[in-house]
Amino acid sequence: MTDAVSAYRADVVYEVQTEGFGVVAKPLTLWQRLYGSGFLRKAVVVVILATTWQFYAWRLGNPLIVPTFLETVGAYVDQLLGGPLLARALSSLQVLLMGYAVGVVLAAALTSLAIATTPGRDLLELLTAILTPLPAIALLPLALIWFGLGTGSYVFVLVHSVLWPVALNTYAGFRAVSPTLRMVGHTVGLGGLGFIAKILIPAAFPHILTGMKLGWAFAWRTLVAAELVFGVSSSGSAGLGWYIYENKNMLEIANVFAGLFMVTVIGLLIEGIIFRKIEQLTVRRWGMQT
Amino acid sequence: MLMEVMKDIETRKAGGGLPLLSAEGVTLQYKTKEHLITATYRVSFNVLQSDRFVIVGPSGCGKSTLLKAIGGHIRPIEGVIRLDGKLITRPGPDRMMVFQEFDQLLPWKTVKENVTFALTSSGRYKGRAAAERAMDYIAKVNLTKFADSYPHTLSGGMKQRVAIARGMALGPAILLMDEPFAALDALTRQKMQEELLQLWQDTRFTMLFVTHSIAEAVHVGNRILVLSPHPGQVRAELTSRGRSDPEGSARLQKQIESLLFADERPRGQGHD
Repeated sequence: MTDAVSAYRADVVYEVQTEGFGVVAKPLTLWQRLYGSGFLRKAVVVVILATTWQFYAWRLGNPLIVPTFLETVGAYVDQLLGGPLLARALSSLQVLLMGYAVGVVLAAALTSLAIATTPGRDLLELLTAILTPLPAIALLPLALIWFGLGTGSYVFVLVHSVLWPVALNTYAGFRAVSPTLRMVGHTVGLGGLGFIAKILIPAAFPHILTGMKLGWAFAWRTLVAAELVFGVSSSGSAGLGWYIYENKNMLEIANVFAGLFMVTVIGLLIEGIIFRKIEQLTVRRWGMQT
Repeated sequence: MLMEVMKDIETRKAGGGLPLLSAEGVTLQYKTKEHLITATYRVSFNVLQSDRFVIVGPSGCGKSTLLKAIGGHIRPIEGVIRLDGKLITRPGPDRMMVFQEFDQLLPWKTVKENVTFALTSSGRYKGRAAAERAMDYIAKVNLTKFADSYPHTLSGGMKQRVAIARGMALGPAILLMDEPFAALDALTRQKMQEELLQLWQDTRFTMLFVTHSIAEAVHVGNRILVLSPHPGQVRAELTSRGRSDPEGSARLQKQIESLLFADERPRGQGHD
């Protein structure tokens, strides 16, 4: 056997072909393209689930326990167009937005304090550690004593459910900003609030957005649950949770399903349209999240 | 000859005979979780106007820490650093820095916005003047076509060029460069070195360049400060003629190598 030391091998230089490789790019078949679409695949799953539901409810034949899928859709459309469903949903969303806005503003203030001063940091770390595990709904009885039966109490529990996840994530995001970016900011003369606004917030935006999404999900669940338990507010406008409770009492089970459906739809719309749009315009565009 | 001497005297008068940047007996320390580390010990040197001053040394010689101290991000424990005779106390746009890391560009801003942002934040330029100046410097590093691209779509070399454009656009008294080409592949690095030298030819800006590559130091610099490690101390200060004198450069490289590795045992005896 010849080895690397004893063998003689001449140097060779080749010309590289520029064409005539045969197939370089071949279009996919229709089936391959359809199967590649996630939306279409999920749509098929939805159809299968809906059919199963329809068939089961039809066999059961008891709309007081499970109405059929078609009955539910019918009730949903009916209640949305002619009934109070839309008004109830809007009323819930209004309260939600108030609580959410207050929560986010408080989170911003608390986090700014935390990165500016050491006592602020201790305060934030302690408060988030103590209060994050506390379910917002558990505070509602107290809130009712403090703020009375009405929007005030709901806003209070909403703030509680939004504030901690947003503050915690924002703070984690600020701390994760690379020292290099910080030095760049300081070198070009930024400091104080300018530094927070122009360097820290955009650099931590993926974290902040995660916190906002988490806060939104917590808040939405908290609100529907709170309405369900404590019902109509003194201002007279009742929300989705109350709508569900009312219809259950009246044994309008199809409407109960329609109410649940509405809760899901709003959740999906905010998550899948608003937050996704924000992501596309910011972190995805900047290549900070894939 | 006489003319040159006269000119020399004049420039000295104009500059008051002072170096642009001076470090005198600078000792730097920083803390890690467990240790207090002395990065440099009583380092002194002077950088003159239009110098391509290179600090070279193995890892652990405190060269990056030294650069951060000049940038104003760290205070010396002992000794002083002066720019134009004034004590350095804080970061400022007169000492713009180019880092090794690619994440020094703001990912949420396009190439153009990254440069403009530095100009406006520093308060040196405003509005249209800032935008025009930004485009000028982007053109200098041949990135006009990518002015509206976001950093994550650029290659490593292009990102570093943007950082250099941003640094130069501010018109700093001295441009600090912390191993700006260390994370690039060898071919790109070579190209970037040539481009940097070309930029220097055009504008004669003063730069302080930190590297661990002796070859890069000899190639890029006209004056080289050699630091020994743990903690960093000045081992030598040498003049380089760079590419105009290939043989001298090779000799200089050997000299720096022997300076840095003199204390170590010859490695891998009998293998070379």
